[in-house]
Amino acid sequence: MQFMLLFSRQGKLRLQKWYVPLSDKEKKKITRELVQTVLARKPKMCSFLEWRDLKIVYKRYASLYFCCAIEDQDNELITLEIIHRYVELLDKYFGSVCELDIIFNFEKAYFILDEFLLGGEVQETSKKNVLKAIEQADLLQEVNFSFTRISQILFNPCIITGAYLFLQRSSAEQFGYFTVNIDVYVQWKFQQSGQKICW
Amino acid sequence: MPAPIRLRELIRTIRTARTQAEEREMIQKECAAIRSSFREEDNTYRCRNVAKLLYMHMLGYPAHFGQLECLKLIASQKFTDKRIGYLGAMLLLDERQDVHLLMTNCIKNDLNHSTQYVQGLALCTLGCMGSSEMCRDLAGEVEKLLKTSNSYLRKKAALCAVHVIRKVPELMEMFLPATKNLLNEKNHGVLHTSVVLLTEMCERSPDMLSHFRKLVPQLVRILKNLIMSGYSPEHDVSGISDPFLQVRILRLLRILGRNDDDSSEAMNDILAQVATNTETSKNVGNAILYETVLTIMDIKSESGLRVLAINILGRFLLNNDKNIRYVALTSLLKTVQTDHNAVQRHRSTIVDCLKDLDVSIKRRAMELSFALVNGNNIRGMMKELLYFLDSCEPEFKADCASGIFLAAEKYAPSKRWHIDTIMRVLTTAGSYVRDDAVPNLIQLITNSMEMHAYTVQKLYKAILGDYSQQPLVQVASWCMGEYGDLLISGQCEEEEPVQVTEEEVLDILESVLISNMSASVTRGYALTAIMKLSTRFTCTVNRIKKVVSIYGSSIDVELQQRAVEYNALFKKYDHMRSALLERMPVMEKVTTNGPTEIVQTNGETEPAVLETKPPPSGLQPTSQANDLLDLLGGNDITPVIPTAPTSKPASAGGELLDLLGDLNLTASPAPVPAPQISQPPFLLDGLSSQPLFNDIAAGIPSITAYSKNGLKIEFTFERSNTNPSVTVITIQASNSTELDMTDFVFQAAVPKTFQLQLLSPSSSSIPAFNTGTITQVIKVLNPQKQQLRMRIKLTYNHKGSAMQDLAEVNNFPPQSWQ
Repeated sequence: MQFMLLFSRQGKLRLQKWYVPLSDKEKKKITRELVQTVLARKPKMCSFLEWRDLKIVYKRYASLYFCCAIEDQDNELITLEIIHRYVELLDKYFGSVCELDIIFNFEKAYFILDEFLLGGEVQETSKKNVLKAIEQADLLQEVNFSFTRISQILFNPCIITGAYLFLQRSSAEQFGYFTVNIDVYVQWKFQQSGQKICW
Repeated sequence: MPAPIRLRELIRTIRTARTQAEEREMIQKECAAIRSSFREEDNTYRCRNVAKLLYMHMLGYPAHFGQLECLKLIASQKFTDKRIGYLGAMLLLDERQDVHLLMTNCIKNDLNHSTQYVQGLALCTLGCMGSSEMCRDLAGEVEKLLKTSNSYLRKKAALCAVHVIRKVPELMEMFLPATKNLLNEKNHGVLHTSVVLLTEMCERSPDMLSHFRKLVPQLVRILKNLIMSGYSPEHDVSGISDPFLQVRILRLLRILGRNDDDSSEAMNDILAQVATNTETSKNVGNAILYETVLTIMDIKSESGLRVLAINILGRFLLNNDKNIRYVALTSLLKTVQTDHNAVQRHRSTIVDCLKDLDVSIKRRAMELSFALVNGNNIRGMMKELLYFLDSCEPEFKADCASGIFLAAEKYAPSKRWHIDTIMRVLTTAGSYVRDDAVPNLIQLITNSMEMHAYTVQKLYKAILGDYSQQPLVQVASWCMGEYGDLLISGQCEEEEPVQVTEEEVLDILESVLISNMSASVTRGYALTAIMKLSTRFTCTVNRIKKVVSIYGSSIDVELQQRAVEYNALFKKYDHMRSALLERMPVMEKVTTNGPTEIVQTNGETEPAVLETKPPPSGLQPTSQANDLLDLLGGNDITPVIPTAPTSKPASAGGELLDLLGDLNLTASPAPVPAPQISQPPFLLDGLSSQPLFNDIAAGIPSITAYSKNGLKIEFTFERSNTNPSVTVITIQASNSTELDMTDFVFQAAVPKTFQLQLLSPSSSSIPAFNTGTITQVIKVLNPQKQQLRMRIKLTYNHKGSAMQDLAEVNNFPPQSWQ
């Protein structure tokens, strides 16, 4: 795959993943032209079109167009399946995904895509595995955050009093260190200090 | 400074903007805030700011000032920072900027991180946008990770390796040892990415290809397991187990089995199994079938399997799903050359697809239809294709028209059909026809001598109402100029003859000249046509004179030049006019490899070229010409270059013009002067092809054409296999006297129905005592297969005096001209 674009019915770009090196100007030009071409297609037309020297595979899901550019030797029908799999992953992750989810959480959409495809090829064919990886990575993100906040609390002389951390060995041993299961305690601590957890 | 607003906040705010200007304002404000935040080197909120920047970048606003920040995020210890940092790197940086090289060290460290998700981020980024320098530096790390037992990392490393190999093909060797056990994995992710890696390596290196051929049995086994195994919830898609992996394995098998009998044999069974057992109700199944068909067609499969594959494609063609039909047409296009008959069976379905609403399907169906046209189905197919040409989108018309012309040329059942078809194309898609169609059509028309009246009549009727389609008008003008006399005489056998007067013909030509729609080229055609009619029409010559003189002051330079020259023809050179504007000679068919310029110019510029050769140069060969023409006897001779009798405008066949042109050639073996367009192209064709002709001389005896005063000239004959009207005569002149003959010039003339070309002689002196000969090649075109006669004139110096002789050669053997 050379690139994947997600755009709305009005032509607004929601996600762009490029697997070939192109300048910003070129990317913008390609995006503009391709969006125009795809939006001009009538609903009954087939999902494939030839554009420049690429094959374009696109599918519309509700208000979003998923558009991939593949090379000559790639299988168009399986690309449709790849697009469908990605939508399923988004759906599972966000719970009945809609365009707004992708707008407000675009970085997560990218993270999911990066667990599913790498360098334009499928890296994991099991839905479960992709979602699990995302989950763990998200958890890692949260832990990071908690650690930061905890260290802030701990080093705050006003609050320091026998802080008590519960460490629990997590099932995901691949981490290399322990996940911290201190949500409840930390929240309580924050309430005490009048601070709020926010991202 | 207050904390920068959160990402979601920003998105919400920007979405409330009602106009582009409002949005721009908000963005600018936020960008300024972000920039100052970056300057303050604030670690806490860097992540948030970069995330916001990425959002604004997606909206289309510049974000380059965030590039360095991404690098700082990547270098941070926090996972959150790294995640956003790497995302930013993939979005904002590309290998064109030098900045990206700073990432290399970070990536290296992260590839060795203790957390697999960090390693994963690094591998992903490298595999997505790593430049060749980065790949070179980090290939070792990737290779290490390719050997790890952690399947999460192994699969990513495999795809990263693919990227490295794409960027730096020389590094491929490095990954070879790591591939040893890749296929032994149970994990589908690793299997899939390994197959991709193996595919990439095999595609790039024939050595790797032969090395990996031994994996065929293992691949077949894996594929078999996938098909035979029961339901596996993890990998199931609509009842099919891991279609992605199946498709990739099939693709790898295709590459391994290509051109290799053993491998192809080993996979025959599994391919048949997949082809017959796969569920076709959903897209997934069809995707696998499609890949299977591609594989079967590409490897050395047995014929039964190939038939199976084509039948699958045939079934696809009938599928309701447009995508499947499209894919079927594409595959059939690839196989139509090799399995032509099998594809022919589906011809009617393919032709039906021409009527589909979808543009892509129509294009494929059109290409396929052209590939399927042959002598048997030409009439039916052409009907469909012409109908298609009528109704299709403009972007197709040019290709369709060219395709129709080619097909018509190859398989036309009759000349009339051919001309009708071309006319139909010109009237339906006239403005989309390619430029070379006009001269080709003109050549075709001149060649079909019996159809001239019919053609000119049809063309006249075609442009009567509408003269906007340029190619059509050009051809019509040319024909009316050439065959206007046939038009008004109403002698058409094929159709109801129309009653047309000279005035009407001139009317239409003049309207073409005046019309705004006519291109400059078209006007040129029309003016020349009008001029030609001055010799073919009888009552309207004055009108023609008037028209021509008007355009003498035309703004268009080309028209002006022509008009001025034609005017000159009327005034000073009226005696030449009739011969100059004689009927065009029959042009030989030129293959597309041949010197086509000759054909092109014949159609249009011949009269123009002749005019640029005013009398001065003509006088000198005239006397020679006259002498020879006397020889041929019975012709009216007017002492000008084009000395053909003007009272016979309908003469078809060899122009004496050609004759004289050729004589000019023989007089001096100098290079042919540029405007020698009268050389029949076929002869040049013969020149360029090796060997010249197939020698059928076994049956043709040679003759002594002349023997006198010690000079003997022998003719040997060859006939062309490809062109039965051409005879090649090789003359050998020998000298049996005691003194050399120097400045030897051989000239020849043939009757009007023939065309002659004399090539340069081997030398101009014949040594004495038969010690050497002069060889010269003559080519004669004899389309009417008339008895060959030739008059020859010899001039040479011998024993100090100039000798000259004329002779007639009548003893040509029948095989040389029949």
